[in-house]
Amino acid sequence: MTLNDIMFYLFAGSILTFSLLTVTSRRILRSAVYLLFVLVSTAGIYFMLNYNFLAAVQLTVYAGGIIVLIIFSILLTSHVSEKAVVAPVRQQIFSALAVAAGAILTILTIVKFVFTPTTSPAVDANVTNVGRALVSYNRDGFALPFEVISILLLAAMVGAIVLAKKEKHLVPSNEPNTNPENPSKS
Amino acid sequence: MIDNIPLNAFLILSTLMFFIGIYGFLTRRNLITMLMSIELILNSVNINFVVFNKFLYPNHLHGHFFSLIVIAVAASEAAVAIAIIINIYRNFKSIDVDNLDQMKL
Repeated sequence: MTLNDIMFYLFAGSILTFSLLTVTSRRILRSAVYLLFVLVSTAGIYFMLNYNFLAAVQLTVYAGGIIVLIIFSILLTSHVSEKAVVAPVRQQIFSALAVAAGAILTILTIVKFVFTPTTSPAVDANVTNVGRALVSYNRDGFALPFEVISILLLAAMVGAIVLAKKEKHLVPSNEPNTNPENPSKS
Repeated sequence: MIDNIPLNAFLILSTLMFFIGIYGFLTRRNLITMLMSIELILNSVNINFVVFNKFLYPNHLHGHFFSLIVIAVAASEAAVAIAIIINIYRNFKSIDVDNLDQMKL
């Protein structure tokens, strides 16, 4: 057993442990931190596969961006000491049974299936190749998905700002004097 | 770097992670924890794409770019979902799905 194997099973074990803790922990903030550990271990697996750019994106976008967003929203919507409401035990048991059945079926299918890898020479996924492919419009280029995803991100960010903004100018007549922002108005 | 590790090990890992995410989605009652379960599911799908690309079709980078795009979609989905959750909290003072039984106040 080489060091690489040990690293892989370490990452796999931490991914499984922390994802179980993410979905079972009663405290929401703790489960967000467990999710952070899951995402960092996934980035470690990407590093093991030599996809360095993808691992860096995983670390910055997931572990840096989404987790911070989730923690902010947890702090905005609940108290730190608040415990999450759990589903009834009956529903938990039936969900666990359904999930276990699905997992066993999928794993049996995976183990039985024979994968045949291609024999063509491998492409090195270094940053130069990734960057060239990302903006090239040739046969192996990804310029169109790149542009589409940039427009989607822009639209999603504008939509998120509009959704989360306070609508205080829509109903001015229903709140006579209690508005703390402009107490001067009548 | 990964010569000794079989493809099946990665696939079983991502399968287990996927179904743990589904279990969380079914049993959680809080909107933010349900969102975190969705992130787990998307992450396991990303591992699948990357591993298929690395082991079966290393002459292209299609799985790599699909994972990149899934990460971007997950980021925008999380941003919009959290905006909606904050809006729901402002209107209903709660983000448990048991209390959210009307679309409009």
